[in-house]
Amino acid sequence: MIEGILVEGLIYALMALGVFVTFRILDFPDLTVDGSFPLGAAIMAAMVVAGANPWFALLVAFAGGVSAGVVTAMIHNKLKVPHLLAGILTMTMLYSINIRVLGNRANIPLIRQETILSQVAAFGAAWFSTEWSMFVFFVIVIVVTKLLLDVFFRTDLGLTIGALGDNPQMVIATGVNPEHLKVIGVALSNGLVAVSGAFAAQFLGFADVNLGLGIIIAGLASVMIGEFLLRSNRIGVLTLRVILGSILFRAIMYLGRFYGYYINLTPNDLKLITGLLIIVSLIITKTRTPRTRPWKPLSNSAIPEPRPATGPAVIEETDQ
Amino acid sequence: MIRIEKLSKVYYPGTVNEIAAIRDVDLHVAEGDFITIIGSNGAGKTTLFNLVSGNQPATTGRIFVNDTDVTSHAEYKRAAYIGRIFQDPRLGTAGRMALEDNLIIAYKKGMKGLKISLNSRRRDFFREQLTKLEMGLENRLKDNVGLFSGGQRQALTLLMMVISRPSLILLDEHTAALDPKNASIVLDLTTRFIREYGLTTMMVTHNMGQAIAYGNRLLMMDKGEIILDVAGEEKKNLTVEKLIDKFHKIRHASFENDEALLSP
Repeated sequence: MIEGILVEGLIYALMALGVFVTFRILDFPDLTVDGSFPLGAAIMAAMVVAGANPWFALLVAFAGGVSAGVVTAMIHNKLKVPHLLAGILTMTMLYSINIRVLGNRANIPLIRQETILSQVAAFGAAWFSTEWSMFVFFVIVIVVTKLLLDVFFRTDLGLTIGALGDNPQMVIATGVNPEHLKVIGVALSNGLVAVSGAFAAQFLGFADVNLGLGIIIAGLASVMIGEFLLRSNRIGVLTLRVILGSILFRAIMYLGRFYGYYINLTPNDLKLITGLLIIVSLIITKTRTPRTRPWKPLSNSAIPEPRPATGPAVIEETDQ
Repeated sequence: MIRIEKLSKVYYPGTVNEIAAIRDVDLHVAEGDFITIIGSNGAGKTTLFNLVSGNQPATTGRIFVNDTDVTSHAEYKRAAYIGRIFQDPRLGTAGRMALEDNLIIAYKKGMKGLKISLNSRRRDFFREQLTKLEMGLENRLKDNVGLFSGGQRQALTLLMMVISRPSLILLDEHTAALDPKNASIVLDLTTRFIREYGLTTMMVTHNMGQAIAYGNRLLMMDKGEIILDVAGEEKKNLTVEKLIDKFHKIRHASFENDEALLSP
């Protein structure tokens, strides 16, 4: 049970990291995710069934997600369409594309196919049970992804993408075309989401065109739960808390599935619960003690007393 | 240096709401000029800046920077040689990011690569630069800019702009949102940087006294036109009374409303 929750949480953490990149860093609420997640799953399943190397299939899934992100960003940039609508457009088109990728079917089973996870289970069989082998594997995958993201958002390009979500005018002032940054950010995000979908298909044992239904909400819930756990402005902590949030979210969903029937809950109610979870998170965030010190146009503090420069400068976020 | 030819901007052309915000403006800005611009609300000062910075496309006319026609260049391209500071101190910096991250983004103009440029040598350089502001910011490199006061943020924006050595800087009432004490600190810094780096400057202000006291050339705008252009000795001998008098002669209009808007 616990290893199941952990593995699920880690798989979906990849998706939540993608959602975090668009929603929180880029300030580009991207709904493409609902289409790029099953796209990753569909590419993985179709290629594995066709006999391709599953690692190569993973790479293609990533590329598929990246392309979906590029399409959304281009629709937004070139046609000046609001980001929400651009995402919905791509997501809707992806529904048809996903069915095509699955070979004009709504799903493909992956039972008894050679996948990355079956390789992992075979490799780890000497030391662990299948579930714990997967757990170890996904810990490695997530840690590597997280560290890569942390490094990326410390590079000049990554920092500028961060600034775009905060203050687009400033990014323009430094001579960077914000449209390029949006393409890079949204593409990266959807690449992560598609990889998450590819792993989910292997874990579940099938790819389904409806796999992505409401996945964006699950990702957003994970990001928001994570924000309750830790508070910081350090990118390393920000990505860590997304992963923790994803695991916690899966645990809550598991409890809902497992014990929900005592109060007549069915698996169909889980989306409602997810939505309510987000609403509760929003209410708590709104009513919590004010964290922002609003900028006062006419303050008398010309030069505030300097703060001690020593010690770690972990500052609470000033704006959410 | 900067040449503006027959520049005009019409909003909502062909509708009942049609407004000509800028009408056939010709202007030549020489290298090292420090121009102050005054005019009442709706005179077209900010629109002029929007056209020069590329924030909005011009309806007709051309803009040259160092003899290059930049009329069709996007705002982010012009930003490589034109710096601009807005009235709102929050527009120049990313409040949710650390001071050092803001500085590294502003340090190099143009598309960024996958390099981590922030190292201890850069930090030392930034500290040295921040010392010039005399606000103690050199000890707060890791603090989020959102924690700083409006005056500190505006001073920081100024520093981030001059660090990249632009050819022209546009100051759009950049001290108007600050309290008097901070406003004078930022204005002093501005003039110091302009002198030190020999920056070509255009500064919009609502304050006639300021427009007269600073710079070597003064423009007055009204209804989308430059109606007064004073430089050199004539500018030095200018007073608020003379300025109002000149406006009357040119426009034969009542200045009462404008007097309320333009504080002496």
